[in-house]
Amino acid sequence: MSILHTVNKSPFEKSSMDTCLAYAKEGSSVLMYEDGIYGAIKGTAIADKVSAASGVKFYVLGPDLKARGVAEDKVVDGIEIVDYAKFVSLAAENDKVQAWV
Amino acid sequence: MMSEQIKKFMYVNRRAPYGTIYAWESLEVVLIGAAFDQDVSLAFMDDGIYQLVKGQDTSEVEMKNFSPTYQALGDYDVTKLYVEKESLEERGLTLEDLMPLTYEDEDDDWAEKDSIRLVSRAELADIMDEQDVLFSF
Repeated sequence: MSILHTVNKSPFEKSSMDTCLAYAKEGSSVLMYEDGIYGAIKGTAIADKVSAASGVKFYVLGPDLKARGVAEDKVVDGIEIVDYAKFVSLAAENDKVQAWV
Repeated sequence: MMSEQIKKFMYVNRRAPYGTIYAWESLEVVLIGAAFDQDVSLAFMDDGIYQLVKGQDTSEVEMKNFSPTYQALGDYDVTKLYVEKESLEERGLTLEDLMPLTYEDEDDDWAEKDSIRLVSRAELADIMDEQDVLFSF
């Protein structure tokens, strides 16, 4: 059973991203949006944890990067930048969604 | 018939009880959902475990103490309350610090059993994987 995990809180303010990473099993997906996008930026303390998660596919919502002035080239390699339509497809493709609100 | 198809519902609780409305809202949804005869379980992790701490007394903060309501869950066939071991330990708590929550097992001559099940993070991740629906609070 595949799970789409979503994170919308900054990893520097809340533990949501840490807990999400602890729960995301191989074959699952993680989508960062709203303040969660700060977890997708290169060179941060959380970026190493994201890179270290094996078998997990990461996504970040483009409009939320743009809104916060985060250029796409700042995003950790391997994290796919997606639009709202892809967000919807991800939710539909997976068996269920766990929102780490 | 939709009503004949039993699904596994899990309510994931990650917030402390009184600072925000999440915990109370979750409990209300659980009680409403209990009317639909689904296979319901609750997970408590991160600050969510504070919801189950015994000895809550809100008499001086003008909020309803809803902690006694957890005792009623067994009567609604909500008998699986998974508590994540790591979250408990990180907060310096043990099972002794939580309310003793029990239910009467109708399949075992109404024997009184513990509703709280202490599980590791890895075990809880597996249990989450088995669910049909996750409700996140």
